Amino acid sequence: MSTESAPSSGPSQTEEMTVREAIRLAMREELDRDDDVFVIGEDVGEFGGVFEVTSGLVDEYGEDRIRDTPISEAGFMGAAVGAAATGTRPVVEIMFADFLGVCSEQIINQMAKNRYMFGGKTEMPVTVRTTEGGGMGAASQHSGTLHTWFAHFPGIIAVAPGTPRAAKGLLKSAIRSDDPVFVFENKAMYEQTGEVPLDEDYTIPLGTAKVEREGDDVTVVATQRLVGESLDLADELAGETSVEVIDLRSLYPLDTDTLVESVNKTGRLVIADESPLSYGTHAEVATRVMENAFFSLDAPIQRVGVADVHIPFSPALEEEVLPDADDVKAAIDRIV
Amino acid sequence: MVAINIETEDGQKEALRRMLTIRAFDTKAGELFGDGELPGFVHLYIGEEAVGVGACAALEEDDYITSTHRGHGHCIAKGLDLERMMAELYGKANGYCNGKGGSMHIADVDAGMLGANGIVGAGPPLATGAALTSQVKGEDTVALAFFGDGAVAQGQIHEAINLAATWNLPAVFLVENNQFGEGTPVEKQHNLQNLSETAEAYNIPGFTVDGMDVTAVFEAVKEARKRAVDREGPTFIEADTYRYRGHFEGDQQPYRTDEDIDLWKENDAIESFKERLIDAGTITESEFEEMEADISAQVEEAAKNAKEADYPDPNEAYDDMFNATVPEIDGFAQQMRTDGGEDR
Repeated sequence: MSTESAPSSGPSQTEEMTVREAIRLAMREELDRDDDVFVIGEDVGEFGGVFEVTSGLVDEYGEDRIRDTPISEAGFMGAAVGAAATGTRPVVEIMFADFLGVCSEQIINQMAKNRYMFGGKTEMPVTVRTTEGGGMGAASQHSGTLHTWFAHFPGIIAVAPGTPRAAKGLLKSAIRSDDPVFVFENKAMYEQTGEVPLDEDYTIPLGTAKVEREGDDVTVVATQRLVGESLDLADELAGETSVEVIDLRSLYPLDTDTLVESVNKTGRLVIADESPLSYGTHAEVATRVMENAFFSLDAPIQRVGVADVHIPFSPALEEEVLPDADDVKAAIDRIV
Repeated sequence: MVAINIETEDGQKEALRRMLTIRAFDTKAGELFGDGELPGFVHLYIGEEAVGVGACAALEEDDYITSTHRGHGHCIAKGLDLERMMAELYGKANGYCNGKGGSMHIADVDAGMLGANGIVGAGPPLATGAALTSQVKGEDTVALAFFGDGAVAQGQIHEAINLAATWNLPAVFLVENNQFGEGTPVEKQHNLQNLSETAEAYNIPGFTVDGMDVTAVFEAVKEARKRAVDREGPTFIEADTYRYRGHFEGDQQPYRTDEDIDLWKENDAIESFKERLIDAGTITESEFEEMEADISAQVEEAAKNAKEADYPDPNEAYDDMFNATVPEIDGFAQQMRTDGGEDR
């Protein structure tokens, strides 16, 4: 993967790479573009991050800009907030989203409220990258999908890429944003590959969903890993059922227009998101569609997610609770 | 009006003026609250003036401070405007936060005031972050965190000090030991003789100063600031002081007696500094009275203007959530408008 030395790549140029590489490329480009950007988190330096996402960056940018922290989430999350308030642009890595609870004071009462509470006179250009999701036998404290918490909380922008391309474009937008942006990366996707634009100015506007595959019979609105699985499923079902697949990408703000337009066409909706079902992302998407496309619906909206349990350890149990393409197919079968 | 040299006569008079201003402002705020004029809660700084003034006098204009829920004194010491502060206490449109913050959340980043804070112990990590900015950008600014004795029991301040010490950041941690964490005496909260012993755990200098002596606080912070800009890392300072009022206005204070308060008042920071300046011939009694009258008039004027000022337009409740970089997607995005909008 060559990047910073490459002559300005045309917008049409792409390269196949993994989600991990796409995220690293986004960080490298933004570190090159803006000296105020720095990366901070546990083991992000020489170790390269437990998922090797920041691997090699410390050699290029030094320890000041790729900053290893103590195991001290409240301290370094707070320091990122203070740094953002005073003119730098920290990119914080929280190793597992489950650890966000450890530093939630600095997120909830400081980062998210700063701009509003001070009458709009401060900016808070902080990006938080964190990993979500099960499938690795990591058990309850390292497998959670918590994005609903933060998408729900006013003052935070929350995104969750479903493709390598989205991983790059959303992270770049997050780093360039003057608002707090959380990027929720599904750790089961780091090895997933796809074509990624090499253009250094390729960004995805925060708050936009993307129709990844057009279809006529049913809309599947998916996030993260379930985007890829739903696209494969749509291929399988082609000729039998025409499935439109949307990568939701942005949890907050939510791109209601794209969802409504799709449901107006297909009349059926399945929402697939690896998070607990109650009061969550599924509920918000369903409500927006009900409010805006109720009379287009030909069948009840279907939710595919995690029952309201934690992610268990045993493979037999974990497989049971994690949603996958079979669950999406079952949901489609119920309404088509 | 930030850095002042307390070693000069003018600097001493300015320090006295700032302490008097804090006392007058907070006395007025207490009266207004008692009269039912102010919404919310009010936590007054009366008695602790020497700490805020001594510390901010030792800082340069570009330096940062973080504050507590007892922040009016820090704001005044850092040079914030009385009119806009008072307007914020009233929740008026011309307040520092356009009426969105109130007494506990006054901030003025341009003046280096990163915000009063309603959460005990939340400020020190922010100061560590401001010091990190200074290091990342190679600037000479310093960040000072004011926090209370109650915050020393909070985990996040220890994480913040550990980070600052480990990374050698230009930070100063200044605990205002006013003897009570809300309604609980300090000795019931910590197994320490002096809170400054905390510094030992982080291998940084730590000492306790008389927080009723503005000069002592000034000297300590001046030295700490010098260490910070010389890249020698953070310093932990404990200033022993006392709050004369309750934790909040209306606090019945079952945890202490009037006699306890009177004992500390014998060593009142403003009275003792005034006497020193009169004895030294720096200021006369009549000059002092003139200063006091002038400040009182300013505070009264600020209160009168704040009372008469306009409340914000209710629609402004939807502004200031985000910077305008977020595209407006749908009706929900109204919350993201920052342009004052015309069609709500």
